[in-house]
Amino acid sequence: MSFLDAHVVVRRPGHTLDVRVVAERGDVLAVVGPNGAGKSTLVRALAGVVPLDEGHVVCDGETWDADGVRVEARHRQVGMVFQQGLLFPHLSAVANVAYGRRSRGIRRREAEAEARRWLARLDVGDLAERRPGALSGGQAQRVAVARALATQPRLLLLDEPLSALDVGVAMALRLELARHLAEFDGVALLVTHDALDAMTVANRVLVLDDGGVAQEGTPAEVARRPATDHVARLVGLNVLRGSSAGTTIRLKDGDVLVSTTAARGDVSACFAPTAVTLTVGEPAGSARNRWSGRVTSVAPHGEAVRVHVDAAGGLIADVTPASSARLGLAPGAEVWATVKATEISVYAEQ
Amino acid sequence: MTRPSGAALGRPPARLLAPALLGAAFLALPLVALLVRTPWSDFVDELTSPEVLEAMRLSLETSLAALVLVVAMGIPLAWTLARVDFPGRSLVRALVIVPLVLPPVVGGVALLSAFGRRGLVGAPLEQAFGISLPFTTAAVVVAHTFVSLPFFVLSVEGALRATDREYDVVAATLGASRWTTFRTVSLPLAGPGLLAGLVLAWARALGEFGATITFAGNYPGTTRTMPNAIYVALQADPQAALVLSVILMLVSVAVLALLRERWFDVALQGAVRT
Repeated sequence: MSFLDAHVVVRRPGHTLDVRVVAERGDVLAVVGPNGAGKSTLVRALAGVVPLDEGHVVCDGETWDADGVRVEARHRQVGMVFQQGLLFPHLSAVANVAYGRRSRGIRRREAEAEARRWLARLDVGDLAERRPGALSGGQAQRVAVARALATQPRLLLLDEPLSALDVGVAMALRLELARHLAEFDGVALLVTHDALDAMTVANRVLVLDDGGVAQEGTPAEVARRPATDHVARLVGLNVLRGSSAGTTIRLKDGDVLVSTTAARGDVSACFAPTAVTLTVGEPAGSARNRWSGRVTSVAPHGEAVRVHVDAAGGLIADVTPASSARLGLAPGAEVWATVKATEISVYAEQ
Repeated sequence: MTRPSGAALGRPPARLLAPALLGAAFLALPLVALLVRTPWSDFVDELTSPEVLEAMRLSLETSLAALVLVVAMGIPLAWTLARVDFPGRSLVRALVIVPLVLPPVVGGVALLSAFGRRGLVGAPLEQAFGISLPFTTAAVVVAHTFVSLPFFVLSVEGALRATDREYDVVAATLGASRWTTFRTVSLPLAGPGLLAGLVLAWARALGEFGATITFAGNYPGTTRTMPNAIYVALQADPQAALVLSVILMLVSVAVLALLRERWFDVALQGAVRT
C-alpha cells in the first residue's frame, strides 16, 4: 500500500467532494483548482478537522479514517500551515513552534530547544522571542512552517501558504519551501493557485474541479496537456529541465538555454507563454534562446491565442490574435520561437 | 467617509438640544447632590465607625466569594455556549440572561423558593444534612452569584466568540486536546473579556440589594452588606448612609474607568450578541 492512500468523500448541500489521493513517501503534491473546487475541504478532511462522509485515509500504515474508524485530528501526525498563518497571537515565536511538542507532553526546556533549531532552519532564529504581532508577513509564515514541521508530521498540509504574501517575499519563501519539502520525509500537499508553486515546488499536480479530480500528473505533463481551461490558464508555464553551470543551462536534448540566474546542478527553467516570441524567419534580435519547430496546435486562450510548438520538448506561446493572423499560424507551420534570458526563472531540481 | 462638519449642516436645533441638556443634568444632579451633602468633615470618623466597617468587610468578603463561584461556573458555561453545538443552546442562553432582567426582589423570592427552608432544594437539604441556607452569610453569596453570573457569562462568551475558532483547529493539528486548547489558547485570548466580565460581575455583586435582603435578610455582621446598611442607616443615621453611598459610587466610577475602551467594547459585544 502507498504511503498515503486516501479516498475523501465529503457531502455538502449542493455539492460533493469525491477525491482519491495516492502518494508515496517524498512526494510533494500541488493541489490546484478554481475557488470552490474543494481544495481546502480536502486538506481539512485529511487533517481530520472535517469528517468524511465516506471513504478512507491511510497514512504510513495507520488508518486514520475508514468505516467505523475515525482518528481525531490531534492523534494524526499532520502538520498544517494556513494562508493567514494563524500563529497564536499571545505566544512568542518559539512558544508557537514548541506548542506541538508541549501539547504532546514534552518538557518546556526540551521542546523550546528543539523549536529554536527549527526557527534557525527557517532563517528566523533571531526572532524567537517575538510575538506574532511584531513579525512581518513573511517572517510569520516562516514561523508557521517551522511550527508545522516541528511536530515531525507524516503528512504536511499547506493551504495556500504564500498567497497572502508580497510577491518578492513569496518568491524567497517559495525557494526555501521547495528545499524543506524536498527534505521532508513524508507526503506534502500544497494547495495553491499559483502556477509557480505547482511547477517549482511539487513533483506531482492534482487538479480539482467541481469536487473531483480533473487531472493528475507531473507538473510538465499537466502544463503541456492541461485537461481543462482552468488548468491551462493556471499552469500554462513552460518548464525545461537541464543541468546548469553558471547562467548556462544544458537541456536534456542538447540545446543550450541562457538565463540571468546563476545556478549549479540539475535545474528547472520556467518562463511564461507570454514571454515566448514567434517569428516566421530566423529572428534577428538579441534573444539568445531560440528554437525552430513546427506548430502543433493553435487555440484561442482568453484574449490571446495559445500556440504549441514542437521545439525543446514542446513549447507554449501566447500571441495576440493579430500577430497569429500575420504569421499565418496553423498546425504544421514552421516557426522560430525565442525567449529573452531575463524572462527565465531558474529553480534547483529536487 | 469624512464626517460632515457641523457648520455645513447648520446649527443643531434647540428643540433637540434643550431636552438633551435636561437629560444630562437630570442624571448628573443626584450624583452631585450626593457629593455636596456628604459630611466630608466627619468622613473618616463615619468611615471607621464599627457599623460601616463591618458592612464594608462583609460586602467585600461576600462579593469576592461570589466572584469565585462566578468564575468556577461561569467560564465553563461561557465556553460551552460558545464552542459546543448542542440542541437547546439558545434556550440555555436565554435562561442565563433571565436574571439580568429579573427584578432583584423577584430573584430573592425565586431563591427562597429553591433554597428556602421549604424550598425545592432547601427542604431536602435541611432534612438530610440540617443545612439551612436563608438568612446566613452563605445566602448573601448565593444571591450575589445569582445576579452577577449572567454578566460574567455574557462577557466571556462574547470574548470567546470574538476569537477566531480556527485557532482551535490549529491547536488540534498540533496535538492539543480540547482541554489543553481551552487552557492554553482560548482562555488567554479571551483574557480582556474575562477581566471585563470579572469587574462587571463584582460591581453587580457589590451593589446587590433586592435579592440579598429578600433571601438573606439584613442582620448586622452576617447579612448586612453595604447596600443593606445604607437602607437601614437612612432611617437612623443619614450621615453614615451618605458615606457608604459615596464609597459605592466611587467604586462604580473606578469600574467605569477600568472598563473603558477595549474592555468595555468586548463586554458590550457580549451583551449585544444575545
